[in-house]
Amino acid sequence: MAAVDLAPLHRPGLLARLRPGRTMRRLLRNRAFVTGAILFGFIVVVTLLAPWISPSDPNRMAIRFRFREPSWEFPFGTDNLGRNMVSRVLWGGRLSLEIGAWVVGLNALFGVMLGAASGYFRRLDGPLMRFSDALMAFPSVLLAIGIAAALGPSVTTVVVALSVVYIPRTARVLRASVLVVREQDYVQAARACGAGDLRILLRHVLPNCMAPLIVQLSFVFAYAVLSEAVLSFLGLGAPPTTPSWGILIAEGRGYIREAAWLTAIPGGAIAVTVLGLNLLGDGLRDVLDPRLKVDAR
Amino acid sequence: MARYALKRLLQMIPLLLLVSLISFGLIKLVPGDPAVVMGGSNATPAEIDAIRRNLGLDQPVWQQLLSFYANLARGDLGRSLLLGQPVAEALIERAPVTLWISLYSLILTVVVGMATGIVAALRHNTWVDQVVSVVALIGVSLPNFWLGLMMIVLFSVWLGWLPTGGYVAPSADVVGFLRTATMPALALAFLQIGLLTRITRSTMLDVLGQDYIRTARAKGLPETTVVLKHALANVMIPVITVIGLILSVLLSGSIIVETIFSVPGIGSLLGNAILRRDYPMIQGGLLFVAAGLMLLNLIVDVLYGVFDPRVRVDGRG
Repeated sequence: MAAVDLAPLHRPGLLARLRPGRTMRRLLRNRAFVTGAILFGFIVVVTLLAPWISPSDPNRMAIRFRFREPSWEFPFGTDNLGRNMVSRVLWGGRLSLEIGAWVVGLNALFGVMLGAASGYFRRLDGPLMRFSDALMAFPSVLLAIGIAAALGPSVTTVVVALSVVYIPRTARVLRASVLVVREQDYVQAARACGAGDLRILLRHVLPNCMAPLIVQLSFVFAYAVLSEAVLSFLGLGAPPTTPSWGILIAEGRGYIREAAWLTAIPGGAIAVTVLGLNLLGDGLRDVLDPRLKVDAR
Repeated sequence: MARYALKRLLQMIPLLLLVSLISFGLIKLVPGDPAVVMGGSNATPAEIDAIRRNLGLDQPVWQQLLSFYANLARGDLGRSLLLGQPVAEALIERAPVTLWISLYSLILTVVVGMATGIVAALRHNTWVDQVVSVVALIGVSLPNFWLGLMMIVLFSVWLGWLPTGGYVAPSADVVGFLRTATMPALALAFLQIGLLTRITRSTMLDVLGQDYIRTARAKGLPETTVVLKHALANVMIPVITVIGLILSVLLSGSIIVETIFSVPGIGSLLGNAILRRDYPMIQGGLLFVAAGLMLLNLIVDVLYGVFDPRVRVDGRG
């Protein structure tokens, strides 16, 4: 390893390094980011607090109170077994967001590993990208459904299926930025100083690829919440006793004529979460990675 | 042009081989014995044995793979456990339904998405622009199956305007087709409309800032000619690139939307197959959809070459 300190050689390249203070100030001035952060933050906080703020156990039945319309007593109404929908939606959100967080975590880990490997080591690029092409040839939700159908219904299944579907996409995003960064002068300089591949990759290349990755992960979170609902709705997710938003919609579907709120409210919760994440992602993209700007004007 | 199309077709072959390998591998993911899972809890050992032999699961993997490709070459995707019908036959029977609804949905997407995107760009920074941008953003955030269910509540249960489900072929009765297919097509299109509006709007803003638009205006051409002739042609290019993506999402969505509206297409066929663990149907259906999508993408790419001659010259696509 070279003993030379290479830090002064870093220059803001095409993909600027994250500077926490300045970036934060710019984010807080971005309307999309702030709105998204408030919406998504609200959902995260109330679902995390579910054990303390939900009025009753999500599975406690009270036949006497079945099919109550939303009212002061039951803001989200009650279902066919008299279960309080406030509790069920809060607890359901916990599971939906937990699954989303797992998918994002696995995407960050394996997306970075595969993307860095194929962007940095030319020999690995061909096979890895061909394989990801093949995975991406399937429509995303359809492939997730196929994998989940094979593995059998469970929460783990949903996490695995969604990760397999989105990791190639994340890896591609990272590969694209690695390809740009590794041609920068400071990488050449690091190599000239005798730095090894691993050191160059970890210290000089990857830190400069973080911006597009963070943007991508916020969208992966949004897709994961949406797709989790689809898989659970089809009966491929968690068992029906543990509510998730998708399962609540599936349960409500049977009573859609007489009790539309059973379907409307969990779906609305998904929409608010995904809207928040999309706004968050848009804002992050505008601030961190202006080259990718699609419609920020 | 034909050479470009042929080249792209040849490039598709290795990808198709990998895609089929993935769909073959799917059944290997089934934990435990797939024959037991498929037979269900009431199956006798003899029935399970029969399933195993039928699917060739009693043979070594390499032999299974060989016969999978041998059958594939003959267009044989196996036999559905549920319907007792060849998978390929069932898929082809139902393909027109899904294609008609997807086409309807695609037309809705392109017409509405482009129109709102162009209007938003022309009224840049006014309330029209703001409203369109917000609605488009909400559009990409709604789960399509939930939207479908809400439409049933509104248009079928409360207003009683449209039937809750079913399907009438457009060749039999166009009005019947529109009555049954409008809600599924709209549920599928909504997300795509949001996506396309956003893309069209930003492209249009780019194009309107170009020199040739200023030249056209300087020549004294009426604004409608500038927008519809000079700008629109250039906005079409990114729109065509996303059509492949749009088709992919439409087909993904069809599995759940068709189930909700009980439309007898490929989507509901696969939805049922998933519920009943009909693996040959799931495998075959996935492969069929992926291959069909690759073909559609190829057509889109070739069309792209027609619209944008630069693509043909340097062979990108």
